[in-house]
Amino acid sequence: MVELLVWPALLAYGEAAFAYAGDVRSPGRFGRFATWGVRVGWLAQTALLIFQALSADGFPWNSWAGSLNLFVWLVVSAYLIWGCSPRFRLLGLAVMPLAALLLALSYVAGGTEGGSGLAWSDVLLVVHIALVLAAFAGFTVAGGLAALELWQERVLKRRPAGILRLRAPSLVALDRLTISTVAVSLVTLTAGIIPGLARLPESGLDVLVVGTAVLWILGAAILYLRVRAGRRELAAALALGALGAVIVLQLGLLATHVA
Amino acid sequence: MRLLLVGTSHRLAPVEVRERVALDSDGEAALARRLGEGGEAVCLSTCNRTELYLAAADTEVAGERATVELADLGRIPRGELEPYLYRLEQDAAATHLFRVAAGLDSLVPGEGEIQGQVRAAYERGAVGPLLDRLFRHALQTGKRARSETAIGERPASVASAAAALAAQVFGDLSGRELLVVGAGKVGQLAAKHLVSRGAALTVVANRTFDHASALASQFEASAQPLDSVESQLSEADIVVSSTSAREQIVSREQVERALPARKGRPLLLLDLAVPRDLDPAIRELHGSFLFDIDDLQAVVEETLTGRRGEAVRAEEIVAAEGERFRDWLGSLDAVPAIASLRDRAESIRRGELAKASPRLAGLSERERHAVESLTSQIVNKLLHQPIMRLKEAGPGEDGEQRAPEGRLQG
Repeated sequence: MVELLVWPALLAYGEAAFAYAGDVRSPGRFGRFATWGVRVGWLAQTALLIFQALSADGFPWNSWAGSLNLFVWLVVSAYLIWGCSPRFRLLGLAVMPLAALLLALSYVAGGTEGGSGLAWSDVLLVVHIALVLAAFAGFTVAGGLAALELWQERVLKRRPAGILRLRAPSLVALDRLTISTVAVSLVTLTAGIIPGLARLPESGLDVLVVGTAVLWILGAAILYLRVRAGRRELAAALALGALGAVIVLQLGLLATHVA
Repeated sequence: MRLLLVGTSHRLAPVEVRERVALDSDGEAALARRLGEGGEAVCLSTCNRTELYLAAADTEVAGERATVELADLGRIPRGELEPYLYRLEQDAAATHLFRVAAGLDSLVPGEGEIQGQVRAAYERGAVGPLLDRLFRHALQTGKRARSETAIGERPASVASAAAALAAQVFGDLSGRELLVVGAGKVGQLAAKHLVSRGAALTVVANRTFDHASALASQFEASAQPLDSVESQLSEADIVVSSTSAREQIVSREQVERALPARKGRPLLLLDLAVPRDLDPAIRELHGSFLFDIDDLQAVVEETLTGRRGEAVRAEEIVAAEGERFRDWLGSLDAVPAIASLRDRAESIRRGELAKASPRLAGLSERERHAVESLTSQIVNKLLHQPIMRLKEAGPGEDGEQRAPEGRLQG
């Protein structure tokens, strides 16, 4: 059953990634294929997650590979909010190849299996993992938006003759979305950290906890810089930094779980 | 009913001829009413074309009437007007209108105004089933060409390029404050484009205060002297400058002083003046984006090249839609033949039932109904294939339905 759901999701995400690349070369022609690839892939992966949840004894995504699977779904879900609009297809070019790659990695590493599972009864840990992963996904999408914003800024500064050729969201829209995504992610991360803090006396302080705290500080700094200090570009650059922190945390998760 | 187009456009006629046969909206409606007596008519008149779309049983007569009307309208002898006129019939006329609605027959490929003009002409026309279908299909084709290609997306003038760049920075321009420096024609045109996209012209600054007041009063803005520009920089989102001053109007330092108060809001500066009004060093400042006249002209040049490329794709869409309309026209031609075939079959059925009625006298009402239904079904099934053949066959060269008897059977 897992095979029946993973492969459609992988193929659809892969197809979307190629279609987004085609859409950049020839705007408008491949956009619909890309959007349908994202939608079909997301539906297949949603079905996969439901199947995993129903067939596992407990929370099936507490392993590194499992969390990667859930993380990919959360990223694509966040992207889907804007992904259907033609102007956000450039963001899809950044998100969908990553989603296809990470889902493939999760599949190879066994993250799409039922899993031994953490007991559902360990509510605090389940909530902690789910919310932190959701926040990571939010910061990932915010990083993609910030990259697009910095690219848009650079294009506007360089003033090429073909400046209007690539259909991208406006600078102001990207700024607003980056900041609101960071704000939502920060709230989610805070909500995810609180149950983690409750477990801190027994689990102790490790690199992942410190990394998560750094990510929280980065998120808060982004909001301060943008909202209070009016430093739009620096805030966008820091949002890219937050994406870097998420990647490091995912790798840290891999290291600790493999170890 | 057959479709006919009689018209003239920038491709055939110089402006001296086009302006004489041009119609205003009331004139379009009145001419459509006159030509539509006993048929259907729509008059499409823009600065580039005057075209009369007619649906008539006799296209020769309708074409003559249309030519006479145009000659009378322009007070041009018919012989002098005819070299500037084109006549297209049936699917050729339809495909022409589809190209017009898609902006492919315009001076600037993909220009957006024509779609509205086609819609207005349709609404003012004397339309029946044929022209109603034709114009609705044309509007859909125009919409499809614009949504599936980028033909109409990019600007074709410096003023519209300025507005498109503002949208690239701010997205929706609603509520964005516009400061115009200089009250000349160029700045006025750019301001009009920006205001049409939702920007609010708040201040016009000019050396001659009266000129500033005149422009400001058109947009309910306030007029200011030129030396007040710096104080406006922290509020305005878009600055359009087009004075004839020899010296710089806004320096890098002035913008730099204004930026902190903007709290990260981008400032777009459009310098349309030669010599330039705005210090090029403003480009070095974060959060400000400066475009001069050369930048905007380069965007327009690129746009026109891009539009020509997109036009090839739009032509493919128009050709496909033209084909669809041709099929529909073909099926329309088959309607009288189909109706006659049905009538004949029905009269045979009724005749045979009438002949058999003495033998069916003992049947109950229900049984009689069953026989009626059964014979109808047999006739319908027998007719199905010939009718499909008639629809597929379409019209011949002469416009008459072609479908030899022999071909009607399987």
